[in-house]
Amino acid sequence: MTVKLILRDKEYEVKHGMALLDALKKCEIVPEAVIATRNGEMITEDEILQDGDEIKLIAVISGG
Amino acid sequence: MRQHRLALCKEHFLAWIPEQTERFIKKYRMFTPDEKILVAVSGGKDSLSLWDILIRLGYQADGLYLALGIDGGINYSDKSYQLSEKFAQAHHLKLHVVDIEKEYGHSIPVLSQISHRGYGKPCAVCGLTKRHEMNRIARDLGYDVLATGHNLDDEAAVLFGNTLNWSVDYLLRQGPVLPAGDGLARKVKPLCRFYEREMTAYAIARGIEYIYEECPFAEGSQQIYYKEALNQLENARPGAKMTFYVRFLDAKMKGNLFVENTAPRASLHACSSCGQPTSADGLCSFCRMIEKAKVVS
Repeated sequence: MTVKLILRDKEYEVKHGMALLDALKKCEIVPEAVIATRNGEMITEDEILQDGDEIKLIAVISGG
Repeated sequence: MRQHRLALCKEHFLAWIPEQTERFIKKYRMFTPDEKILVAVSGGKDSLSLWDILIRLGYQADGLYLALGIDGGINYSDKSYQLSEKFAQAHHLKLHVVDIEKEYGHSIPVLSQISHRGYGKPCAVCGLTKRHEMNRIARDLGYDVLATGHNLDDEAAVLFGNTLNWSVDYLLRQGPVLPAGDGLARKVKPLCRFYEREMTAYAIARGIEYIYEECPFAEGSQQIYYKEALNQLENARPGAKMTFYVRFLDAKMKGNLFVENTAPRASLHACSSCGQPTSADGLCSFCRMIEKAKVVS
């Protein structure tokens, strides 16, 4: 099993055991532009992703 | 929060944000506890969080929602109104609502088409209408000050755009407080020192339900492009956005912006080692470095 990152309508898969920050970089997502949640709770960039995790990424940029 | 070199748990983060907001309100002399505040509320994370913070701090703050008539296939305006109303009801707050179509006969997208402003996008008309209506309501209903939820990313993006274009007039006007005068209400931005990411975290941690969908017309906007560029910079150099904006404010407050420095230059004399001009006593910076390198090696 792997870790799933979900940002709006896009899904990314990464290997478990890596830190969230590294996972974001691997998926070419700018960490500053998102907040990550697991089961509705915010997690920090140094959190180690566990097998089967589903991480919802909340885009923070708004404006027009 | 790498820019502050600070990591807080949820409880302390939720206390830190209002404490800092209060600090900025006082630092920039935005308003006092006896003044009546009108908060411009859009249903988004920043404006609802601002309203929440001001109430938590004990200020007298009512809300103003402008129904713009933007649908975009996602009922954007209806949804944002519902969330604003829900927040007001849950906290027993007063929310003034102005429906632009009812007031002026046309929604924002239609007004944009009719007026041919904004190169096919309604953003210019939207901005103009919002500024006009926010000021009208604040003035007509006797509010002392109008507060908006602009965060540091909003302000840094505007600053970036105005700097790229060297729009001196706009640069000189930009700031956390626009003073009242000539029929214009005082406008303040109490969240201007918080990153957009911090405000999103605050809204989530406080359980504030906000409209997550972007305005359908915001896609591809210049402001979002600038924000993305600044985030790339922030990623490589944590604190870059903060430094860019705060140092601009400091320079402006000190009157150093676009003022030629006429102070006499520090007198130069010859370095005691190489003889090149230096303002330092004894050795110049280069020679001091070389001396230091010799000691290490």
